[in-house]
Amino acid sequence: METSCHSPRQYPPKPGNAYLFATCLVDQFAPEAGLDTVRLLEREGIVVHFPPDQTCCGQPAYTSGYPDEARAVARRQLDLFPEPWPVVVPSGSCAAMMRHHYPKLFADDAALLAKARELSQRVFELTEFLVHVAGFKHSDSGQPCTIALHTSCHARREMGSHETSATLLAGLAKVRVEQQARSEECCGFGGTFSIREPDISAAIVSDKVDSLCATGAERVVSADCGCLFNILGRAAKLDQIAGRKTPTLPGEHIASFLWRRTSGKQA
Amino acid sequence: MSQMAMPDPASAFRQRSRSAVDDSAQRQNFRSAMDYLQAKRRTQFPDEQELVGLRDLGEAIRRYSLANLPRLLEQLEQNLTANGIRVHWAENAEEANAIALAIARRVEARRIVKGKSMVSEEIGFNHAMQAAGIEALESDMGEYIVQLAGETPSHIIMPAIHKTKQAIAALFVEKIPGVEYTEDVDALIQIGRRVLRRKFAEADIGLSGVNFAVAETGTLCLVENEGNGRMCTTVPRVHIAVTGIEKVVEKLEHVPPLFSLLTRSATGQAVTTYLNLISHPRQPGEKDGPEEVHLILIDNGRSQAYADAQLRTTLQCIRCGACMNHCPVYARIGGHAYGTTYPGPIGAIVSPHMLGLAATYPLAFASTLCHACVEVCPVRIPITDLLIRLRNEAQAQPGTVNASLRGSGAARTALVSAIWNAWALIYSRLGLYCLTSWFMSRGRALSPIEQGAWTRSRTPLTPAPRRLRDLLKDRRP
Ligand code: SF4
Repeated sequence: METSCHSPRQYPPKPGNAYLFATCLVDQFAPEAGLDTVRLLEREGIVVHFPPDQTCCGQPAYTSGYPDEARAVARRQLDLFPEPWPVVVPSGSCAAMMRHHYPKLFADDAALLAKARELSQRVFELTEFLVHVAGFKHSDSGQPCTIALHTSCHARREMGSHETSATLLAGLAKVRVEQQARSEECCGFGGTFSIREPDISAAIVSDKVDSLCATGAERVVSADCGCLFNILGRAAKLDQIAGRKTPTLPGEHIASFLWRRTSGKQA
Repeated sequence: MSQMAMPDPASAFRQRSRSAVDDSAQRQNFRSAMDYLQAKRRTQFPDEQELVGLRDLGEAIRRYSLANLPRLLEQLEQNLTANGIRVHWAENAEEANAIALAIARRVEARRIVKGKSMVSEEIGFNHAMQAAGIEALESDMGEYIVQLAGETPSHIIMPAIHKTKQAIAALFVEKIPGVEYTEDVDALIQIGRRVLRRKFAEADIGLSGVNFAVAETGTLCLVENEGNGRMCTTVPRVHIAVTGIEKVVEKLEHVPPLFSLLTRSATGQAVTTYLNLISHPRQPGEKDGPEEVHLILIDNGRSQAYADAQLRTTLQCIRCGACMNHCPVYARIGGHAYGTTYPGPIGAIVSPHMLGLAATYPLAFASTLCHACVEVCPVRIPITDLLIRLRNEAQAQPGTVNASLRGSGAARTALVSAIWNAWALIYSRLGLYCLTSWFMSRGRALSPIEQGAWTRSRTPLTPAPRRLRDLLKDRRP
């Protein structure tokens, strides 16, 4: 598959330190996924630095047609990673924003562009980093289970990290990954698209929930919170409408799932 | 030409897409058609490296052609003229139709038979001819069905893709005298063919589109499967070809890679049944072919896209339709909901130049930016970047550098601008971000953002009781 970066990416050796850019969604809505990301990285012997001034990558404004506002926010993040350490992002979409779109966003300002380019070189999506940089190798200690993997469009088509998500899950001996129909299709989130075109978005996510449920998988995991909230929110709404008490399609961030399966905690 | 309803194109689009989404039979139609076309395309590109190489070549040829557009158009005109093909230039739809009409009047034409041409749809050719008392009959099977039903194409390659065979059978019974109801597809095609055969013989003018116009040799290339394109361009005594100014390439050897990308991306065919190369009218001693051949080269807003380095990439398009075949939005709402001649991702990026951004901006927003179109576009048009650019333009403050197109600023509202202003303020100042997110997590309600559109189909988003930054603080004292 051709991603926006044509040639395959060169990966650095495992570093002693790494930055965590947690994303605004993880910080505010899924902090456990952020903690599990830290745990996964620390277990590899990496010291994790969380620059406390971080907020959001700026993507919501960037894709909504407000480039000045996106720049104002992205500009703040540019200064947060002074050391030459990798920046690990537990989201394919936000990682793609920083890796591929920051240079476009700052194209008109030579100094900021240089900074954006330098940063973009060391931005990694979490699963990409675990596989290619950290050399993740831990055995599965959980009970047998079946799951489905949803890979975000930006993970798949901009970062190529749909493959590393799949690789990590394939390495878990007692986890069976079921393949849903049209796994490569969008979940219909699209940031503000979901609010701007609610009918189309609902139609797409409903089909996605159908195809995930049809696999019979016990849960869905994803490396992107945007998609996850969209899919789980739709599934929960359907449960609510039908008066079901237990969720038909529970799910979680891949960082939490990986940590649970490989840390000796119950699974 | 389809015109979007003024004054509020956004709610008009929303209404059309809502009824499309609710039409489950039609949705099923589109879904299975898209699945089929995606699978067929996949079988044509088994070798990833070959595809990369071919796309490199296709993209380079299209970029080169556009970089040299003025020179190539001049060269094309010279060589076509030398070959005996008359060249006409039209700035817009009205001019193009007036040119065609003048030719029709001069040769006293009463009937025109048409091969498949999206540019003729773009300029509203059939209506213009009908208004002048000239019959214009579609001869491509899909176009014929759509015309019979009084509709417009819902896809640029497969115009009648929205219709089931049952609907087509019923339509034939209703509109063609002496036809009995049958759902047999071959029988239906035979019925259509019988009607059309007669029309070729009766027509005074054949109209066609052009897929590639070769400047160096003065050749018009026409790609088709049914043979009706060949009939239209050889049987009637006059042939008129219509096309956009961007369709020119320099050399004949530029055609095979583009042809290969086109047929494989569009219908998943290694080649089409016909590739017509038209170089001149009937020569002395030849037994067939038209006495006159005309080419009408149409701008219709293309030069607006051409003038801007980024938007110029829009004109690389070879109209294969792969972007719509892979679009999750197109698959849900179909072609008609877009309200423009060209639907899907290509429609969203090209229509603003033809019809103005004020009438077409909702299309730029009707995308999840999933990049499925970018992944398959054979000439690598950065479609998602162009959609974002059009969103910027649509909401730009008129009079600023960000507003450079016809209709820029049309989607700008004080409320939405204020929301994004506030958003930027909050997220670029840590203190404000922390305060807001602290309140959100305490209040456990996402107060600043309206959740109505979200919660209609999903449970509400609830902020976690403690943010990651708080949890990390506790962890490392
Ligand atoms: S934009 Fe690309 S994929 Fe879409 S019709 Fe044009 S060439 Fe084909």
